[in-house]
Amino acid sequence: MEFKDYYAIMGVARDASADEIKRAYRRLARKYHPDVSKEKDAEARFKEIGEAYEVLRDTEKRAAYDQLGRRPQGEEFRPPPDWHFEFEGDPGVAGGMHSDFFEQLFGGLGRRGARGGGFRSRGFDTTAQVEITLEEAFRGTSRTLSLQRMERGADGRVTPRVQQLNVKIPAGVTDGQQIRVPAQGEPGIGGEAPGDLFLQMRVLPHRYYRLEGRDVWLDLPVTPWEAALGETVRVPTLAGKVDLKIPKGSQTDRQLRLKGRGLPGNPPGDQFVVLKIVAPAADTPEREALYKQLAASMRMNPRQAMES
Amino acid sequence: MTEPINADLLDESVEFSLAELCRIMGVQEQLVVEIVEEGIVEPIGTARQHWRFTGVAVTRIQRVIRLQREFDVNLPGAALALELLDEIERLRRGR
Repeated sequence: MEFKDYYAIMGVARDASADEIKRAYRRLARKYHPDVSKEKDAEARFKEIGEAYEVLRDTEKRAAYDQLGRRPQGEEFRPPPDWHFEFEGDPGVAGGMHSDFFEQLFGGLGRRGARGGGFRSRGFDTTAQVEITLEEAFRGTSRTLSLQRMERGADGRVTPRVQQLNVKIPAGVTDGQQIRVPAQGEPGIGGEAPGDLFLQMRVLPHRYYRLEGRDVWLDLPVTPWEAALGETVRVPTLAGKVDLKIPKGSQTDRQLRLKGRGLPGNPPGDQFVVLKIVAPAADTPEREALYKQLAASMRMNPRQAMES
Repeated sequence: MTEPINADLLDESVEFSLAELCRIMGVQEQLVVEIVEEGIVEPIGTARQHWRFTGVAVTRIQRVIRLQREFDVNLPGAALALELLDEIERLRRGR
């Protein structure tokens, strides 16, 4: 397994005080907490920071960790044969998944349980981020997740194992919604029930649709005559193309609603079409002549409200 | 590959009682009561024993508890952060 340089992860010196470590953690948490961060790898970074803090904030764990000496981050590492760490405090703050490295060094909780300490606890809930496309959100899909699980053997030793889990994702998932997979979190301790796995769903941005809740928004380019004369145009929806009659005399930014054409649900979302009038270029003598004709006969002043 | 596993989408159509919610989230009822009193989520039903929480409320409650716990702020502070985050999300979507 790989060595973790907890000091480097937190960006503090090896002789940093408890206050300095706390400050560094707070600063990093604000930057990478998955609930507030837009950084791409926020979740992985936050777990890593949480784990580093869990060790460095605890004098016992920090002292034990310091005994390992200084090694480069990521170096191949085996715990010393005489390594033996047991602690009597809380089973950890964050409760999320720990790295293999952490579990090998500090996964002593199970040993205490195995020793007959009578400690019992429901397993921690875990979370995973799942990204789907808008089309998948509309139709429903499934995902095979690779979850790293920590298994506690009869001797209390913790070993990592990758488990594949096939999860069905129903149609109508909106951005930010969660899916709960019961009993697939961390195992319970002392015969208690396992935690749940929560999938935090992200619907990826689409090339031309925007999603708002279950409603789908679409900017629809139209010609000036389609808008002015009120023609019928083909409009893409998630379920396929439909014909939409543009009301006569429409202007840019006019919103039209296609009821029930958004994501499925109860009630289903709508699709909103926002008209965007696109003027043709005056790039040939004929077109230029047409524009001049319009200018002469239309006599329009769109800036009237700004004058006076 | 095994059969797809059973999972619940936490949307408006699923509802949980206060007791179920606390069991799922592993929190004390008192904390959820305080969250409701803070106006962060609004349960369906008036009397506490008849409260029903939607799947969407579960997500909000989890977020506010995480914010409170992991940034060491009180409940009104976490609620404020949550509302500002929602607002940023709306602005980011450009509408």
